[in-house]
Amino acid sequence: MTSLAARVESYSVVIAIGGVPVRVNTTDASFLDMLQNRYAGFVTDGGSAEFDFDVDLNAPAGIDREDVRVTQHAGRWSLERRDFRAEWEPAMRRGSIRQTANPYSIDAVLRIVHTLVLARSGGFLLHSASAIRNGKAFLFAGVSGAGKTTISRLAPVDATLLTDEISYVRQQGDGYVAYGTPFTGEMAKLGENASAPVAALYLLAQGPENRIDPVGEADAGRGLLGNILFFAEDPEFVHRAFQAACDFVHRVPVRRLTFMPDARVWELIG
Amino acid sequence: MEMNKKMYVARSPRIAARMLGEEMLVMSGHDSTLFTLNPTATILWQAADGATPLDEIVERRICTEFEVKPVDAMRDAEELAENLARHGILLISEQPIGKPDAPAQGRR
Repeated sequence: MTSLAARVESYSVVIAIGGVPVRVNTTDASFLDMLQNRYAGFVTDGGSAEFDFDVDLNAPAGIDREDVRVTQHAGRWSLERRDFRAEWEPAMRRGSIRQTANPYSIDAVLRIVHTLVLARSGGFLLHSASAIRNGKAFLFAGVSGAGKTTISRLAPVDATLLTDEISYVRQQGDGYVAYGTPFTGEMAKLGENASAPVAALYLLAQGPENRIDPVGEADAGRGLLGNILFFAEDPEFVHRAFQAACDFVHRVPVRRLTFMPDARVWELIG
Repeated sequence: MEMNKKMYVARSPRIAARMLGEEMLVMSGHDSTLFTLNPTATILWQAADGATPLDEIVERRICTEFEVKPVDAMRDAEELAENLARHGILLISEQPIGKPDAPAQGRR
């Protein structure tokens, strides 16, 4: 029997960042192509996913806010900004996103989702560049203009750049592992999809010479907390992120790295 | 707070706190604002169990730690407690605060 109803094609892509596969479902083939290009290197060939998100490519109505708002009620997260509205139920492993066909909205949703996922297990997303050298990961944290992109550009050829903008840090045993991310800064270059144990966090400062100075635990905590991505207006999330940062600075060496735009700074790293 | 009335202080359940090195860092669960408490505020935070009156905390914990007259210490502690309450870090009340998990208010 022939159905008179129009058949709607459905397409999927699985984007795995930090080892967490998220399937994005869409009915728009060109949007699928855009996602595959945008997240190249982080796209897997189907398989299972931790979470599924259905994307409705229509502009959300009635949202005026420029900054993102992330709230949680009865286990259901609501994420919204002028350009998107998303709902996510972690327990159901499903969510939905309403946005136009652009890469920025879904990028923001993925960052928020991963932030919330990481907070449950002692990890976080961090405003930092990160790179692997000699099998160890090094994080370079700082606000915009601190030198994340510069230190990334100066990286030697034997370094694997994980990101020049947003690092993905997951707790594993008594230590931490840094993963590459597709979240880019000024370099507009995706990080490598690789991971390594975190050996040190450097708080960046630009100066007239290259040098490393010790940082007290409280200063390390303030420096780290000032660079962790906070989205949620949710006391439990804030509490978890705060404790995760405190645990991190207790276990991982934190140093201040003052540097000038000179590749020799990397002689101090690793 | 009126003279001769007891003041009770309790840690807000909406605050995350941790001693790092020698400093107490606290973060608001509402807006993720980060505060660093000075030594006196740290003692007050640690002693703020909701059941011990502020004057006892001052006498037993603050006056023994710092060389300060009790009357001056009490005045400063009240001011400090009210300041911390304004930031949502402490709850203050004229009655013992038995259930700090109840809906938090900067000041009861």
